[in-house]
Amino acid sequence: MSLDYSEDMVQFTREPQLVELDDLIAKPVETNPSKKYFLALTFTASLLLIGIICTGITFYFGIGTWGNNQTIGWAFGITNFVFWVGIAHAGTLISAILFLLRQKWRNAISRFAEAMTIFAVMCAGLFPILHMGRPWLGGYLMPYPNSMNLWPNFISPLVWDVFAVSTYFIVSLLFWYLGLIPDFATLRDRSKDKIKKIVYSFFSLGWRHSNRHWRHYEKAYMIFAGLATPLVLSVHTVVSFDFAATIVPGWHSTIFPPYFVAGAVFSGFAMVVIALLVVRKVFDMENIITLNHLEKMNKIILLTGSMVGYAYLMEAFISWYSGVHTEQYSAINRAFGDYAWAYWTMVSCNAFIPQFFWFRKIRRSIPAMFIIVILVLVGMWFERFVIIVSSLSRDFLPSSWTYFTPSLIDLGILIGSFGLFFTLVLVFTRTLPVIAMSEIKGIVKGAQPTHNGGAN
Amino acid sequence: MSRSNKLHSVAAIFDNPDKVIFAAEKVRDEGYKKFDVNTPYPIHGMDEAMGLGSSKIGFVTLFFGLFGGAFILLFMWWSLALSYPLFIGGKPFFSLPAFFPITFETAVLFACVSTFIALITVFFKLPFNNHPLHDTDYMKQVSVDKYGIYILLEDEKFDKDKIIELFNSLGASSTELIYQPKEEKYSMFQPKYLIFLVFLAVGTSASTYLMLNKLMYINPFNWMEFQEKLNPQESSLFFADRRSMRTPVNGTVARGFIPYPYKGIANPKEVLSNPTLPTTSFLKLGKKKYLTFCSPCHGNFGEGDSRLNGQFPNGPTFHSDKVRNFKDGMIYHIITNGQNSMSAYDRQISREERWAIVDYIRVLQRAKNAKNSDLEEIKKEPSTND
Ligand code: HEC
Repeated sequence: MSLDYSEDMVQFTREPQLVELDDLIAKPVETNPSKKYFLALTFTASLLLIGIICTGITFYFGIGTWGNNQTIGWAFGITNFVFWVGIAHAGTLISAILFLLRQKWRNAISRFAEAMTIFAVMCAGLFPILHMGRPWLGGYLMPYPNSMNLWPNFISPLVWDVFAVSTYFIVSLLFWYLGLIPDFATLRDRSKDKIKKIVYSFFSLGWRHSNRHWRHYEKAYMIFAGLATPLVLSVHTVVSFDFAATIVPGWHSTIFPPYFVAGAVFSGFAMVVIALLVVRKVFDMENIITLNHLEKMNKIILLTGSMVGYAYLMEAFISWYSGVHTEQYSAINRAFGDYAWAYWTMVSCNAFIPQFFWFRKIRRSIPAMFIIVILVLVGMWFERFVIIVSSLSRDFLPSSWTYFTPSLIDLGILIGSFGLFFTLVLVFTRTLPVIAMSEIKGIVKGAQPTHNGGAN
Repeated sequence: MSRSNKLHSVAAIFDNPDKVIFAAEKVRDEGYKKFDVNTPYPIHGMDEAMGLGSSKIGFVTLFFGLFGGAFILLFMWWSLALSYPLFIGGKPFFSLPAFFPITFETAVLFACVSTFIALITVFFKLPFNNHPLHDTDYMKQVSVDKYGIYILLEDEKFDKDKIIELFNSLGASSTELIYQPKEEKYSMFQPKYLIFLVFLAVGTSASTYLMLNKLMYINPFNWMEFQEKLNPQESSLFFADRRSMRTPVNGTVARGFIPYPYKGIANPKEVLSNPTLPTTSFLKLGKKKYLTFCSPCHGNFGEGDSRLNGQFPNGPTFHSDKVRNFKDGMIYHIITNGQNSMSAYDRQISREERWAIVDYIRVLQRAKNAKNSDLEEIKKEPSTND
C-alpha cells in the first residue's frame, strides 16, 4: 500500500528544507517555554482549578448542588457532554475522513486535530461520571460477572453511549500514537539531552524508519482511517439516540443522527480553527499552517453550518407536519417560549453568522474568522442546551413544567472543562510535535521520487 | 552504546529519493535479500523497488473485527435472553436491531486494538531499542532528511568491500560500517540489584497490606447511612434505661384497634353477632379472602379436601352439622382465636374481611345443601347475576 504523495503542495509560501521543517516543528519541544506560555498556562490551570473545586463540591454534597431539578434532570451535565463529544469529531474527520479523501492539506493540521479529539473526549467523558454523583457506580456499566448475576441493559442508548465513547477514545488514542511513533524516533535522534533521549526512545519503541515497517505502517494507517470514519459517524449518532430513542417531544425525531453529526463537525472545526490560530501565531508556523488551510476549514464550517440551519427548519416543519400536538407545541415553545433567548442565540450563531464565510475576504481574514468561530462555539453549546432543557422543561405533564437556572457549581464545572481542555492543549504543544513531521516531510516538493531512474 | 567488533551490516546514505529508489532496485537485482531501506517518511514506489508484496496486516483487522462483533453479539444474547432475561416494557428479549450499535462499536474496537498490537509486536517486532542501527550516524541522518540502505551480514552474498563498491557506484554520499553493540551482562547477585529486590518486596507487601486492610475500609463519605437520629435497638445515654426504643405508655391502644373480648377462650359461652349484610360485593371479598387464606386446608368448597398432602392435619369439612349449626360469631371466633391445631388469623385478616369469610362460608354451606325451592329462586333472577 502506498499513497500518492507525488502531487506537489501549494500551501508553503516558500519551499522549505526538510531539516528546517524538523527544526521548526521540534522547536517548541526542544526550547524552554517563554513567559507568555507560562502566563497562558497559569490562566488555563486556574480555570481547571475552579472546575476541580466544583467537582469536589459536587462529589461531597451531591448533585443537589447543581441547578437540575425534578423535571429537568439532564441540564448542564449532558449539554456539556454532547458539546465536548462534538468538538472531538473534527479531529477524526480531519485525520481519517480527509485522509481517505486524499486531502493533502490535512497533513499540516491532523496531529493537532487528533490531539484535540483526545482531549475533548476526555472532557466529555467526565460529565456522565460527574452526573452519577457517585462516580464509582459507573463500574456497573461494564459487563462483568457479578454476584447479583446482573448484566447491563445492552439495549439502552445510554449503554450504547458508553461503548461508543470509550471505543472512540481508545481508537483515537491508538491512531494518534501510531502517527507519533516515527516522530518520536526523529526527536530521539535529534535530542542531545540524555533524559529526553531515554523518554523519546521509550515512546518511539525503537522505530527505525525502515521501509519494511513503513509498508505495514501505511496499510495500518489506512485501515485505522477506514475504521475511524464509520466510528466517528456512529459515535454522534449514538449520542443523538440518547434523545431520539425517547418519547420526549422535541427529541423523538429521526433527523437527529445526521443533524447531530453535522453539528459535531461544525463545532469541532470551529474549535480547531481557534486553537490553530493561536498555535500558528505563537510558534511561527504560519508557513506550515497557512491561510489556505484555515480557508478550507472555514468552507467546511460554512457547509456544516448550513446543514445545521437546514435541520432547524426541518425540525420545525416536521413537528408541524406530524400533526402531533405535543410536538407542535414543543417546536413553538422552543422558538417563542421561556427559552426563546437561547433558541435565537443558537439560530443566529449557527445558521446565520457562518453565512459570512461565503465571502472570500472574510474566510481569509484572521480577526473575522476568530470572532465567527467563537460565536459558532457559543451557538453550538446553546444548541445542545436548547434541545435538552427546553424539551424537558415542557414535557407531557404540565403540572411539573418548570424553568432551569444553573447554579454556580454548574458554571464552574463548565469553565473547568474548558480549563482542562486548554491546559492539555498547552501541555501538548510543548511536549509533542504539533505537526506530524513524517507526514509533512513526505509532501514537500522533491520529497517523492520522480521515477526517472535517478538520472538527475 | 559501546560497540563490539562484530559487524552487523554495511550502510550507505543517499541524498535524494530518486537515488535511493534506484539504488534499492539495483541492490535487489544484484540478488541481495537481507537488506532494508530507511527513509524519514514513506517513499512512493519503494515497496515495488525493494520487491515487497503488499502488507498482510488487513487480515488481522478482518479476523478480529468479525470475531469481536460476533463475540459481543453472542454475549449480549446470552446475558439478556438466557442468563438473566430482562423484561423491558414487554419487548422481546432479543430483537436484533437494538443490538447493532454495541456490536458495531465492539467490532471496531477489537479490529483497531488487535491491528495495533499485531502491528507493533508481530509486524514491527518492536519495542527494539538496542537494535545495532540505533545511535549510529546513519540513523541520525535517515531520521531527518537522508535516505539510507543497509545490507545485513546474514545475507548469503555478503561481502563488505563489494557492497561498499556497489553503493559508491550507485551514488551514495557516504557509507558506514555498523557494528553490533557490546553484549552487556549483569550478574544476578549485584548488591544494587539485591537491594532493589528487597525494596520491591517490602514495598509490595506493605502497600498490599495497607490497601487490603486499611484503605479498603476507609469510608470516604457517609452519605446518608449514618444520621443524627436513634435507630431501634441502639443504645442511648439520653434515657435512664439506656435504650433508644421507648415502650408505649400503659394502656396505649394502636390506631384502629378494637379489643376482642373472647380472645384466648376455647369455647366461649357467648359470641359476637354478625354485624354485616351479605351483599354481592361483600361476598366477593369473602370469596377472595377465603380462597387465599382458608382453602389450602379446608378446600375450595369447604369440603375438608386439603391441598397440603398430609403435611398438616386436614382442616375439617364445613358441611358437617356441627359447623352448620355454629353461630356466625363462632366461626368468627375460630378465625380470630384459632382452635387447637389451627392457628389464629387475626393478624393476617382484617375484621371486616373475617366477617366476609364467615358470610362466604354460609354461602358454601347453603349451596351444598340447596333445596328445590332455591332452584326456583335462581330461575327467577336474571341470568346476568353472577
Ligand atoms: C393450616 C391449615 C388451616 C387453615 C389455613 C385454616 N384452617 Fe380451619 N382448621 C384447620 C384444622 C386442622 C382444624 C381442626 C382443628 C381442631 O382439631 O379442632 C380447623 C378447624 C376449623 C373450624 C372448626 C371446624 C370444626 O369442625 O370444629 C373452622 C370453622 C375453621 N377451621 C375455619 C377456618 C377458616 C374460616 C379459615 C380461613 C380463615 C381456616 N379455617 C383456615 C386448619 C386450617
